[in-house]
Amino acid sequence: MAVKVIKPGLSTTVQDLGRPGYYNIGIPLSGGMDRLALKAANLLVGNKEGAAVLEAVFMGPELKFMEDATVAVTGAELPPKVNGEPRETWTSFKVKKGQTLSFDFLKKGARAYIAISGGIDVPVVLGSRSTYTLGALGGYKGRKLEAGDKLPVGKGRAAKEGRTIPEKLRRMASAPAELRMLPGLYYHRMTAEAGKHFFEDTWKVAPEADRIGYRFKGGRPIEFVPREPPFGAGSDPSNIVDACYPYGSVQIPSGTEPIVLHRDAVSGGGYFMVGAVISADMDLIGQLQPHTPARFVEVTMAQALKARKDQTRLYEKLKSAL
Amino acid sequence: MKTRYSYGGDEHIFVECDEEMSLEAFFKSLSITTVVKKARIKGVTEICPANASFQIKFDPDVIKPTAMLKELKAIEKQAAKGKPVIKSRIIEIPVLYNDPWTHETLMRFRERHQDPKSTDIEYTARINNLDGVDGFVKAHSGAPWFVSMVGFVAGLPFLYQMVDRQRQIQSPKYLRPRTDTPKLTVGHGGCFGCIYSVRGAGGYQMFGITPVPIYDPNQRIKHLRDFMCLFKPGDIVKWKPIGREEYDETVAAVDKGKFNLKMKDVTFDLAEFQKDMDGYNAKLMGVLNGR
Repeated sequence: MAVKVIKPGLSTTVQDLGRPGYYNIGIPLSGGMDRLALKAANLLVGNKEGAAVLEAVFMGPELKFMEDATVAVTGAELPPKVNGEPRETWTSFKVKKGQTLSFDFLKKGARAYIAISGGIDVPVVLGSRSTYTLGALGGYKGRKLEAGDKLPVGKGRAAKEGRTIPEKLRRMASAPAELRMLPGLYYHRMTAEAGKHFFEDTWKVAPEADRIGYRFKGGRPIEFVPREPPFGAGSDPSNIVDACYPYGSVQIPSGTEPIVLHRDAVSGGGYFMVGAVISADMDLIGQLQPHTPARFVEVTMAQALKARKDQTRLYEKLKSAL
Repeated sequence: MKTRYSYGGDEHIFVECDEEMSLEAFFKSLSITTVVKKARIKGVTEICPANASFQIKFDPDVIKPTAMLKELKAIEKQAAKGKPVIKSRIIEIPVLYNDPWTHETLMRFRERHQDPKSTDIEYTARINNLDGVDGFVKAHSGAPWFVSMVGFVAGLPFLYQMVDRQRQIQSPKYLRPRTDTPKLTVGHGGCFGCIYSVRGAGGYQMFGITPVPIYDPNQRIKHLRDFMCLFKPGDIVKWKPIGREEYDETVAAVDKGKFNLKMKDVTFDLAEFQKDMDGYNAKLMGVLNGR
C-alpha cells in the first residue's frame, strides 16, 4: 500500500519515537516533537504507539491514498478533509482508495501528527524511521516530503472510524506558555539579578524555531559573573569549553536570546546553559507558533518528577478512553 | 581539576571534569564513561563523553536521579585508577587551505566577523603571531590533533592540537553564527579545530576544506562502509596541505571508490606524550608513514 504526495506542505517529515543511542556521535534522538500527540494518533488508528507517522508543521500536505486506510490527525488544530469534506481532529476516520486527504488552515498549535493504519513503512535506520534532516538520515530519503513522493505504508489492522480522544485529554500550552525549567548546568555564570529577570520576563518565540531548537526573544539581556576565560572556551562570557547539550537545555549565546534544544538537537557546543526544560513540558514546545508569548517557570527536581508522573497518568487515561 | 555534577532537567546528569580544556580532563571523562558503559546501569540510554566533560541520559522512571548521581560518584572514584592510555588510530586528512568555497562563504558573512577586512586565516594568523597565511598553514598542519569529542552534528570531530599550550592556535567564534558552512570545512573555535561533516550553520573560523568525506548516511563511501561516521574520541588527525589539483583528483577518486584513506593503528599514552611532545609526535608520524 502506498500514499502519494500531491503537495508536501511546508515541512512534513516521517517521525516515530526516535533513535536513542547515537547522541555521543552527534546523531540526535529525532522523533515527534509532541510525543503524546504522536502516540495518540497511532492508538486512534489501531497502530502501536511508536509507529511512524507524518509530522506536518503549520500547513498540512495533500495525500492521495492508493488503498483504504484509517487515519487520525492529532496535535495542532489542523482540520483534515477527505475529498474536500471536513473531518474531526483527534478522531479516527476512513480514507478510501483513490480519495485525497488535505487540510484546512491551521487554527491552533504548530505541529499536526497524521497517523495512517499500518504506519509509514520507510526503512529503519539505526533503530528508527524518524527523519534527521540535518544529517540526511532516516525517514523518506533523509528529507522532508516533496510532491511526487510515494510513501510506503505497512500492513496492519485498521481501527474503525469515530474513535475519539476527549477534549480534556488533549494537552495544549496555556497563554502565555509556561515552560517549567530545572536550573542547573552553568546557571552560576549569570548574576543573581539576571537569574531573577530570566524567570520574570515574558519572552516570545522567535521565527528561528524548528526541530533543532526554539529561540526566544524579548527578555532583558543576561548579565554575567566576571571571570578569567578558562583555557579553550573562548573569550565571550557565554562561552564554555565545548560540551554535550542535554535535550531541553536552555543556552543563551552572548546573553541575549535563549535557545531551547529539541528532538533534533545539536549534541554539543560552546555556549553556557542555564538549565533544562523538564521532560514533561517538551511536547508543549513543539506546539508553539512564532511570536507566542512564553515564560520560564523555575521548578525543583521533585516538581519535575511529579510533572513527569502526571504526564504518564494523562497518557494512561488517554489509552483507557479508547 | 575538580569534578562538578549537575542535573540537566530530569533526564540528564552533566559532569564537568574540569572547567578548562586539557588532555588530562579528556582522559578523566573518557575513563569514567568507559566504566559507566561497562556497568550497564539499568535506565541509562545515552553515554556521551565530551572534551572536558560528559553527559549521561537516563530514564527517571527506571532509575531515580539521586540514585543515578550516586552511581556516577562511586564510578568516578573507581575510574581514577585507570591509566590515560588509549588504543587509537592516526589518520591523514588532506586539506586545501584558503579554498574558493569557504572563501565565498566567509565573504558572505563578513559583517558577523571580528575583523571584516581580513579573511579568517589572516585574522587568526595575526592574533596568534604567525607569519601570514604560510606561517599559519605551517603551524596548523605541523603537529597532529587529538579527537577529544564527536558531536554538534553527525560525526563532527572536535580536535585538540598536540603541542604545548603556548603553541596552540586560539581563535574566537564568529560574533554571530553563520547560517551556512560548506560541507567538509576545516574550522576552528576557541582552542578546537573541527571538520564540518554536513553543510549547515556554524560559528567557527573557516580555514580550508578537505576532499575526504567523514560522514555518509548511505554508507557507500569505501572508508565509511562499516559505520557512517569516521571519527571516534581518541583518534589522531594529521593535516596534509594540498593544492587545487590534488584536491580535484582526490574528489574524483572518492567518487570512483578508489580513494584509500591513510590510517594506522597506534596506542596513545598521555604520560609518554607529555614527557616529550615533539619527540612523541615524530614517532606517530613514523607510524603513519610506515617508517
